[in-house]
Amino acid sequence: MDKIKSIEELRKLREHAKQSLKTRQGEAKVKVLISMGTVGIAAGARDVLMAIIDELEKRNFTDAQIIERGSLGLDLEEPVVAIDMGGELIYYGKVTPEMARTIVAQHIINGQIVSDWVIAKGNKK
Amino acid sequence: MKEISLNVLDILENSINAQAKNIKLTVIDDEDKDYLFLEIKDDGKGMSPELKEKVFDPFFTSSSNKKVGLGLPLLKYEAESCGGFVVIESQEGKGTVVKIKFKKSHVDRPPLGDLVSTILFIFTTHPEINFSYIHQYNDKVFEIKTQELREACGEDLCSPFIIKGIEELIRNNLNLLYGGDTWTR
Repeated sequence: MDKIKSIEELRKLREHAKQSLKTRQGEAKVKVLISMGTVGIAAGARDVLMAIIDELEKRNFTDAQIIERGSLGLDLEEPVVAIDMGGELIYYGKVTPEMARTIVAQHIINGQIVSDWVIAKGNKK
Repeated sequence: MKEISLNVLDILENSINAQAKNIKLTVIDDEDKDYLFLEIKDDGKGMSPELKEKVFDPFFTSSSNKKVGLGLPLLKYEAESCGGFVVIESQEGKGTVVKIKFKKSHVDRPPLGDLVSTILFIFTTHPEINFSYIHQYNDKVFEIKTQELREACGEDLCSPFIIKGIEELIRNNLNLLYGGDTWTR
């Protein structure tokens, strides 16, 4: 497909991919929570998020919702990413874009927690 | 912050925390007049005159689990060191406008950076907010709004595949505007 330069082309792209884009019904299976206070932003949370989106797109995984939230007070561990797949919340700290890609592949897609990078586990509020 | 676009994201986060429903980001990049101007306008809860007094105080924050709030004070310092300014206009219950100006050719001016990622961030995490982005370079303008995207992509707006499409759309248009990818500078 040609380079997308207009909303019209974006609409066509969506039509084109309609079959593969399984529209989500109800809640997403996976929730990715990323903390975006000033500290998170300065530590690189934006690039981490972009890496997550990029990796999800490459793997054609649509059943994920990205939720931004304020700082948790874990400034030293920023950027913090939490994965919610129904059970416990798993928190990863000092996440780099490369780590984020591994987390997507290993945790989100294959369901294996990357335990080396986990900084906390918690129940949902 | 390494890039101005990260400061923009920080301010956009403030707007979101202030329960804004409509946010408008305007970027004016003028080579002839030698300035880079950014404006973030929201219809959030606004600030009382007392609060507005304190936003540039690094030892003031509205957050309950912190003692310092460095986002705006450092940006103000940076802008002023580069022959520019940061001003805030705010009315309680009406919304807030943040205006940032840098002398473009100033040697200490941080680069604008990856503004596209900042914008995608808002589209992705807050599709319910009506976000509009206008970028003017000399006399050429590019504009995009959440409403248009929502109309074109509907419920797929947040799917990674569509987000990548939106990214390409904005990047290509900025490249067209600047005749290359010099907009990050």
